[in-house]
Amino acid sequence: MRIFNYYIKIERRSVTTPQLNALIPFVSVLISLLIAAAVFAFQGIDPLTAYKAIFIKSFGTIKGITHIISKLIPLLLCGVGLIISFRSNLSNIGAEGQIIIGALAATWIALYALPSVSPSIVIPCMFFLGFLAGGAWATIPAILRIKFNVNEVISTLMMNYIAFKITEYLIYGPWKGESTWGFPQTDLFPESVWLPMIPGTYIHYPTLVLALSAAVLSEVLISRTKLGYELRVFGLSPDAAKYAGISFLKVSVIAMFLSGGLAGLAGVGEIAGIHHRLRYPWAISSGYGYTAIIVAWLSRLNCLAAIPASFMLAGLLVGGDAIQVTLRLPVNVVYIFNGLILLCVTGGEILTKYRVRILRKVS
Amino acid sequence: MSELMVIPLLKVAVRASTSLIFTALGEVYAERSGILNLGLEGIMLVGAVTGFITALTTGNPWLGIVLGGLAGGLLALIHAVVSISLRGNQIISGLALTMLGIGVSGLVGRKYIGISLKHRLPVTPIPLLKDVPILGPLFFDHDLMVYFSYIASALLWFILYMTKIGIYIRAVGEDPSAADAAGVNVFLVRYACTIFGGFMAGIGGAYLSVVYIPMWIENMTAGRGWIALAIVIFALWDPLRVLACSYIFGILEALQYWLQRYGINPYLLGALPYLITIVVLSIVGASERLRRKMSAPSSLGKPYSREERSV
Amino acid sequence: MKNQNFSSFLTNSKSNISDVAILMKNISKRFPNVIANDNVTFEARTGEIHALLGENGAGKTTLMNILYGMYQPDKGEIYLWGRKVKIRSPRDAIRLGIGMVHQHFKLIASLSVAENLALGLRNIGILLPVYKVKRFVENFSRKYELEIYPDAKIWQLSAGERQRVEILKALVHGARILILDEPTTVLTPLERDKLFTMLRRMRNDGCSIIFITHKLKEVFLISDRVTILRKGKVVATLDTRSTNPEELAKLMIGQALPRLNNISDTKSYERREVLRVKDLYVLNDRGLLAVKGVSFSIHSGEIFGVAGISGNGQRELAEAIVGLRAVKSGQIVIEGEDVTNFPPRKILRKGVAYIPEDRIKVGIVPDMSIEENVILRSYWQRPFSGRVFLNFSFLNEWTTKLIQEYNVMTPNTKIPVKLLSGGNMQKVILARELSLHPRLLIAVYPTYGLDVSATQYVHSLFLKHKEQGNAILIVSEDPEEILALCDRVAVMFNGSFLDIKSAKNLSVKELQLMMAGIKI
Repeated sequence: MRIFNYYIKIERRSVTTPQLNALIPFVSVLISLLIAAAVFAFQGIDPLTAYKAIFIKSFGTIKGITHIISKLIPLLLCGVGLIISFRSNLSNIGAEGQIIIGALAATWIALYALPSVSPSIVIPCMFFLGFLAGGAWATIPAILRIKFNVNEVISTLMMNYIAFKITEYLIYGPWKGESTWGFPQTDLFPESVWLPMIPGTYIHYPTLVLALSAAVLSEVLISRTKLGYELRVFGLSPDAAKYAGISFLKVSVIAMFLSGGLAGLAGVGEIAGIHHRLRYPWAISSGYGYTAIIVAWLSRLNCLAAIPASFMLAGLLVGGDAIQVTLRLPVNVVYIFNGLILLCVTGGEILTKYRVRILRKVS
Repeated sequence: MSELMVIPLLKVAVRASTSLIFTALGEVYAERSGILNLGLEGIMLVGAVTGFITALTTGNPWLGIVLGGLAGGLLALIHAVVSISLRGNQIISGLALTMLGIGVSGLVGRKYIGISLKHRLPVTPIPLLKDVPILGPLFFDHDLMVYFSYIASALLWFILYMTKIGIYIRAVGEDPSAADAAGVNVFLVRYACTIFGGFMAGIGGAYLSVVYIPMWIENMTAGRGWIALAIVIFALWDPLRVLACSYIFGILEALQYWLQRYGINPYLLGALPYLITIVVLSIVGASERLRRKMSAPSSLGKPYSREERSV
Repeated sequence: MKNQNFSSFLTNSKSNISDVAILMKNISKRFPNVIANDNVTFEARTGEIHALLGENGAGKTTLMNILYGMYQPDKGEIYLWGRKVKIRSPRDAIRLGIGMVHQHFKLIASLSVAENLALGLRNIGILLPVYKVKRFVENFSRKYELEIYPDAKIWQLSAGERQRVEILKALVHGARILILDEPTTVLTPLERDKLFTMLRRMRNDGCSIIFITHKLKEVFLISDRVTILRKGKVVATLDTRSTNPEELAKLMIGQALPRLNNISDTKSYERREVLRVKDLYVLNDRGLLAVKGVSFSIHSGEIFGVAGISGNGQRELAEAIVGLRAVKSGQIVIEGEDVTNFPPRKILRKGVAYIPEDRIKVGIVPDMSIEENVILRSYWQRPFSGRVFLNFSFLNEWTTKLIQEYNVMTPNTKIPVKLLSGGNMQKVILARELSLHPRLLIAVYPTYGLDVSATQYVHSLFLKHKEQGNAILIVSEDPEEILALCDRVAVMFNGSFLDIKSAKNLSVKELQLMMAGIKI
């Protein structure tokens, strides 16, 4: 490209500095805020009022922070799971469905398998089975990918829908409970197995502990264990992995199993901690499975960075609720931020691989 | 007696599928050129809201549909820039677009919820064809957009297989470096197909808000964008098969409740298309021969750059 | 020169043979780590078959890729029929009448012959291009007495047939200049003769044909003139009739490195058979036979060389032995056990180490640190890891020791290995493989891209390894290297061993001739 006497040359970089890598999320968020402000202004909404509503209501009050932490739990769990799968070069778009499957497992335990058993047995069972179920649900696409070359983006996406339909079948059918205002749902879980919350908030702390531990443990797994090494080699260079004797099937299955399992845990948390009954699937998973993709990407695939990243995105979600109340805007408006941030991070990645230089043309 | 009730149900199914057909046809072209667009849901919504507002303010539903398409194309342009020129991850970019589309359409459409259109597209039965037993009322007694969907499928099938444009698109999708060496402008073909895909998805969305319902409701696509993606794969990237598969999906959905009386659970039935899509992909992937003939375009999802030399 | 309508090509009359069709003047092209073309001036005439001869990496393909618009030269100019032109992309090249048939065919496998031909044709309109192309295909088939079915899908065709489609593709665009990059690599002798007959007819019709090759025999079979490239520079341009194979071989391969002392006397260990390969047949990535019936054996304390220009099946042979490539038929026996088609880790456990040709894709994980690369083949063993965790402190010590021992230039062990120079990267790989004390080391082009001192260092490592009673199989393109290191040499040509000779009384010249396909 030539503008007057200057060239714009795009060269391949040889090094990616970690500073650049860390800079991208910040700059992306900033740019998104600017663009969103423009969109608001265009629609006749004062951006400053909107941002005040989002940020002050959510980050500025104690109540807001508790809401944020409550939403952080599923985001962090799913986000960490997605980091594991993305680092193995497996695009798991199925976290949404894996959440639901986890919730189904918890429902089965609480209402049908162990209905009148002591909570000290039931609650761990719910988490355990939720982990297994979510993990198994994610393992199927992994096997299909290695054995039949089925693109996991598509298979995990389809599995989301199948999970949703199974849930609908159950709540309209065998698991139908007393309905409120005509909406289908199961019976309420017995109160004894409701997850304990920090009083006055919606924070079901057992799951929070699980989420934080998962973040730390996963980072340790990825960077310090043999298995993590295999995952990383496989994700970075399948040819070298083959040469190293790493089993593609083993790595894919384990990565997806862990990824789905963590999402399953999130599902257990949501249902046993917040809803206390199985209802229409979207109400349980609420798009956390997709928002977690942003968490994973924003944290540049580092599990520890996922903690602040999920905090920030949870803040946006809570802000969305606030915006609905104060400015009477539809809650989906929050998705504008989500979308813009993700676009900026993805598009901005090219800057880590290429460098833009402005050179003077010598004639 | 209840059998006769089926025909009107199926008729509704045909109309309902039309929005899917436009969207899926557009995505076929995008994917055939190698670009995976997961943003269809968001693009359809943007097309729906744009189409509705245009139709409401101008009183002209056709203008609404066209502008809805243009809005969709514009949104797809963003995906194209990120995926093609910036070589970003297509999956992520597409998902981002879905979120953006949902958000923007919700914001822009907030003042128009629940208003119903006065100037609508009339039902125009085709004189002789509509009297054909069974097929007549089923396929030839609808608004013009439904007929356009038939024509579009056939036309796009013809273009893909029988013209030079189609060869360019398929070449770029299968082997971009070979197409490049043959002198084809890979970037241009991919941009064109992606924007076209967005245009068609915008029309698909606009059809819902301008013709099918017709009104604007938040999130009115209700997952149709994702269904369109499944249809594209289920139909193995062929425009005519897309027409057939859309109807299968539409009919299954329409008959869900009717089939209940035969003991078939509607929800499990609803899961069937997604299950079959996975099964179809597995079968095609497992057989070497089928893989050659019917699998996804080889470069689907992978960015292309010309001077990649390894030391 | 205006773009020729494809049908007019077949009726063109003979033009003046001494016309200069192509002049590439002072062309220079540089890639990040290598100078591919260094002030190259190349000229080809109308109605001539001009061979472009040189080893791999000599710059032949790069030069022709510049002519075809795939790359842009850093310096230099191109003139076609006396007029200066700028070729910015293959589209420009095609428009100017240049066609290229690549070594790896650029045909779209799932499309038909006619569809591939229609691709890129400007003047057949948009509708039903396939029918219009069919007539051209039929004319061509008749004129050259070949059978090409327009509706056949490319994946159904043999290599020779695909190549014909590639040539047709160039002609259909009205090419007056045809570049062929190593065209006979994939052909049977019969197909090669058919190709040569076709090329001679095209030359007589006035076409300029540039024939890239490393096979001396073919230069004398088909070309009128030959230009030799070596390490990016033009060495000479000669009339084929006025030269001979020995002279060409010398020009192609050039001056020698100082010859190392090969201590080839056997020491006091028992001589046993480490590797035996019997009647091996292996397919390459395109599904064609790359290794055609190779048999040999290697004993302990021996360095066995596989000499030859790359692309004759060496890589596939090595990959099959190491377990990275499936064996179509035949047997591989290591230390008495049949390991045919065993997975890589099992073969590793038998004491086999591998230095791959493609360092960057297979030998290392570029984004990982030196430490993490060092354990690529041993991470699952103690003491590199325990039951679950990697033992990073041990790893650090081990790697530090290795980089000192092997003289790897790096500030620490934690930087990503892609930042190292080619030579240092290779040292890391060598360090990794040799530290496993393998009884059999398979090294494929181990000194490619290394400077003189690094090369000598690698050679000394190999000799030391051999002295310890181990066996080495080395694949190399450099006859000096082969003769300096090896006890026995096999020359690989077109998928099989031309001959296996003792290195003792073999001269460089003889080896060079054999590598070019001439049996002595």
